[in-house]
Amino acid sequence: MSALLSLRGIETYYGPIIALRGVDLEVNEGEIVALIGANGAGKSTLMMTICGDPQARKGEVIFAGQNITRWPMHEIARAGIAQSPEGRRIFPRMSVMENLQMGAALASPVHFADDLERIFTIFPRLKERAEQRGGTLSGGEQQMLAIARALMSRPRLLLLDEPSLGLAPLVVKLIFETIRELNARDGLTVLLVEQNAFHALKLAHRAHVLVNGRVTLSGTGRELLASPQVRAAYLEGGHAAEVPHEF
Amino acid sequence: MENFLQQLINALTLGSIYGLIAIGYTMVFGIIGMVNFAHGDVFMLAAFIALLIFLALTQLLGLASLPIAFLIVLVVAMVLTALWSWAIERVAYRPLRGSFRLAPLISAIGMSIFLSNFVQVVQGPRNKPVPPMFTDFVRLTDGPLSVALSYKQMLIMAVTAVLLVGLWFVVQKTALGRAQRACEQDRRMAALLGIDVNRTISLTFVIGAALAAVAGVLYMMYYGVVNFADGFVPGVKAFTAAVLGGIGSIPGAVIGGLLIGLIETFWSAYFSSDYKDVAAFSILAVVLIFMPSGLLGRPDVEKV
Repeated sequence: MSALLSLRGIETYYGPIIALRGVDLEVNEGEIVALIGANGAGKSTLMMTICGDPQARKGEVIFAGQNITRWPMHEIARAGIAQSPEGRRIFPRMSVMENLQMGAALASPVHFADDLERIFTIFPRLKERAEQRGGTLSGGEQQMLAIARALMSRPRLLLLDEPSLGLAPLVVKLIFETIRELNARDGLTVLLVEQNAFHALKLAHRAHVLVNGRVTLSGTGRELLASPQVRAAYLEGGHAAEVPHEF
Repeated sequence: MENFLQQLINALTLGSIYGLIAIGYTMVFGIIGMVNFAHGDVFMLAAFIALLIFLALTQLLGLASLPIAFLIVLVVAMVLTALWSWAIERVAYRPLRGSFRLAPLISAIGMSIFLSNFVQVVQGPRNKPVPPMFTDFVRLTDGPLSVALSYKQMLIMAVTAVLLVGLWFVVQKTALGRAQRACEQDRRMAALLGIDVNRTISLTFVIGAALAAVAGVLYMMYYGVVNFADGFVPGVKAFTAAVLGGIGSIPGAVIGGLLIGLIETFWSAYFSSDYKDVAAFSILAVVLIFMPSGLLGRPDVEKV
């Protein structure tokens, strides 16, 4: 299988401060890959480096056979990478519908009606709120909108940065189920960043653990779920007790 | 009463011109948070471009129909002025983006001086007379103090109204307008969605300059004289209008422009024309004390 996205020795800096210290990572077509790690490990930096801001100082980002490391952000988006970024970044003074239209800026207008209907089937809540301003939505609704907006561009690769952050458990469940479904049914390729390691590892085909700007552990989702290191560092308390029941 | 009506007509005419210029200030501020101090001089440049084209059409080429000449002047002035403004942004502002906040501001002041000096050198420092056009008027009332509405004034208000409707449509209903509003709210996110932010900013300058060009054409026609220094005072007034209406807000810029026109005209009519600018700026100061973000401006604090 050829990799849709591969990162080779990525080093990213904020001014003089190094955030990523040589990350290698591959995402194959049709896969869900999860990236877990603590606050400040560099997860969001990695997501934004893929999208071109900040650009990697060293290393290469290869997407669909092209070296996109130095491409401007909008060109990378046009190549087929969509991101639901950290903090959701909904346009607050635009309606839900306009936010979705922005998401579809790159897609052919022919698909708009169909795509919209598909999105509204997945997230009926957004249909009810279509005319409401993005800034007035609840956190969960904003997260749905951020994912929906990313999907509207018909991406080849979807980057999801902390889709569960700050959401009620039921909403988290809905969002993860949606991702699983999109992957299973449409073959959507997903790179997922999560602090909620338990859910992410259950969902992902493969996963990596990022510590201090380096990938320290890689494997299938199940392997990492079972790994004592991961369990100690990311799963203790909270969900750890549930793990045995799930297997 | 007649005097009041007459002054109201004059005020709305003047306010329309201020409003058209103010939109350029407010749109550019909205999208990149910078005050384009050269915008007033872009307006002045447009008035000169318009005059030269008008003279070339009517005197060199012998075009007899005034409305057709006017229309051509309007379109060509819009295109050429937009091109100038595009180039200014490309050369003087874009390289400084991401630099410290004052850098593009200083660069803009430099461009302002450059433009007025350039026009002074190539067109001379004296007032340039404009051949009279559309000199007819309609009497709205009879009597010793009759109210007259000139064709020029009608034209100014009509052109402004049409452009405002067009602009509203572009900003609210088209992909370009959406991209502009998106860049205004979150430039990085817009880029993540595949919007070419630099191109969107360029187009914002182009739209602002095209509207300033229309204001320049109307100004030249209305006052019948243009001068290289004409960019400064109307520019400052229009900037004031943008701040008064709430900088960043397009309806605010229009309302601000009309208000400045009203204040100035009525102050001149009923008190003293010597202090009309003092009156306009005093109102600005008072409004800003009680509404620091202007009439329709959005306070900076925002729920995220």
